[in-house]
Order: sequence, then structure tokens, then C-alpha cells
Amino acid sequence: MDNVGLIGMASILAAALCIGIGAIGPAIGEGRAVAQALSSIAQQPDETATITRTLFVGLAMVESTAIYCFVVTMILIFANPFWNYVVAQSAGQ
Amino acid sequence: MTISPDGIILLQWHDLALNATILWTWIVMAVLVVGSWLVTRHFTTDVTISRGQQLLEVLVTSMRDQIHDVSRQRAGPYLPFVGTLFVFIAVSNVLAIVPGYYPPTASLSTTAALALCVFIAVPLFGISHQGLRSYFTQYLRPTWFMLPFNIFGELSRTLALAVRLYGNMMSGTVIAGILLSIAPLFFPIVMQTLGLLIGLIQAYIFAILAMVYIASATRAQNTDVTSSSNELNVEDNHG
Repeated sequence: MDNVGLIGMASILAAALCIGIGAIGPAIGEGRAVAQALSSIAQQPDETATITRTLFVGLAMVESTAIYCFVVTMILIFANPFWNYVVAQSAGQ
Repeated sequence: MTISPDGIILLQWHDLALNATILWTWIVMAVLVVGSWLVTRHFTTDVTISRGQQLLEVLVTSMRDQIHDVSRQRAGPYLPFVGTLFVFIAVSNVLAIVPGYYPPTASLSTTAALALCVFIAVPLFGISHQGLRSYFTQYLRPTWFMLPFNIFGELSRTLALAVRLYGNMMSGTVIAGILLSIAPLFFPIVMQTLGLLIGLIQAYIFAILAMVYIASATRAQNTDVTSSSNELNVEDNHG
């Protein structure tokens, strides 16, 4: 297989693995956080405002790992530097 | 498909390029400035107040309450900075329902600039609050061995702040674009609604996180004194 096909295949596979595996951890973490927050709200409804605010900030923190994976995936698919390099080189020949 | 409005060049004049990010940033700024100028011209203390004044009062008082809740300090010094961050990000995200508009927050340049503002504001607030020496000894806690970790933490949370906002806003645009080719008629509207919700939540989170970082830089010194007095105040309010 030539370089263009190899790099294209590797990029797509890497992008799929990156978002696929990278979504598992944050999903579990967010699920646990929300479940815990809901049971806390059920036990102490007076503290709903504080719990909700802390929950949102915590969710944003947890979610950022998934966002990193998403950004890397998008870079691999739409703005891949190796792909651009190979295409420019094969166009130059 | 573009993953950043930086790539959309509207005008090119020698080396200066006007891209969509700059244009829409300036339009959002103009909307904010002109809007608040129009409203604040007719401020009254009458019983009946205009709609605009109502809006601004609700916005400012709720931001003030949130800042006070998070930092357990007077909201005064932090309100201009944190409030501006929130209002700018919220307006530029919510305007995404206007056709032809590209949210400037969907560009890594804008979010990196906003995160750099926070990165600079944290030591400024910290130093002005507890002095140069006391602020920098904070990096040596709990031991001097933690110095590289503290510095790295400061840098990585700035990066996280920028990439989080960028990733969330860019994902909304990109997913809408992908779904547009699969289910053109109905589904993008649902995603657009979800995008509005995510935009507001991200603006809130950005402002709250900025406030948490500033609070952690200013609070370290006077925990013993103010926390007890704050608890007293809170009890008074509840009573």
C-alpha cells in the first residue's frame, strides 16, 4: 500500500479508536456523578442550588477529557498535518 | 468542512485578513456595548421600570449572588471581569440561532485569548489581595517539592479552559453539519436547541471556573478570619 492510503487508513482508525475509547471513561464518571448528586438532592432538598452548581462544574471538569478526545479526532480527520504533507508531496511529484 | 471560523476569509488587504472570527467578535461586542448604552441611558428608580433595565438588573444581581456564593467574598471587585466573560460568551453562543452567524467561541483563537485573560487575572487579583510575597509562597505549599506541579497545574488548567469551550462550541457546529447530510429536515433543529443549552451552560461554567481560580488565589491567606465571619453572616441571612 502506498503512503497516502496507509496514512488515510491509520488516521481514520486512530480517530475512531480515540473517540470510541475516550468516551467510555467520562461517560461512566458523569453517570456516577449525576447518580450521586440526585441521591444527595433527594436526601437534602434544601441544598439543591449548591449541589447543582457543584455538579455542573464537576461535570465540566469530567467532560473535558472527552472533549480532548473529540478535538484530537477532529484534527485527525479534518486537519491532519501528515495527510496534508503526503498529499502535497505526491502532488509535487 | 471547516472546523474553525478562522479559515473563512472575508476580506484580504495585503497581509491583513479579516476572517469571520474577528468580524463576529466585533459585532457581538457592538451589540453588547450599544445595547447596554441604550438601556442605561434611561435608568430610573421609579416603581415601573423598562424591560431592558429589568433584564440588566436580573443579570447583574444574579451574577453578583453567584460570585458571592462561590468565593464567599464581596462580589464587587470580581463582578466586572467575571461578569464580562459570562455575558460575552453567553451572547456569542446564543446568537448561533441567527442564520449565517459563526460563533467566535467556536474558534480556538478566541477561547485561548479568553483563557489567557483568566491566566493573567488570577495572579493580579491574588497579588493585589494578599501581596507579592504571600502570593508566591503559595506555590511552595505544601512543600517546595510541589513547585513544578503547581506551575504545571496553572498552565494545564488554562489549556483546559480554552479547549473545553472550543471543543463544546465546535462540536455543536460540526455535529449539526454532519447530521444535515443524514437527516436534513427535522433533526438539526433538535440539535440546535441542545446547542443553545450547551452554549449557556458553557458560558456559566467558564465564568464559574474563572471565579473559582481567582477565589483560590485570593482566599488562601484569610481563611481563618473571613470564613468564620462569613458563616456568621450566612446564619444571619437565614435567620
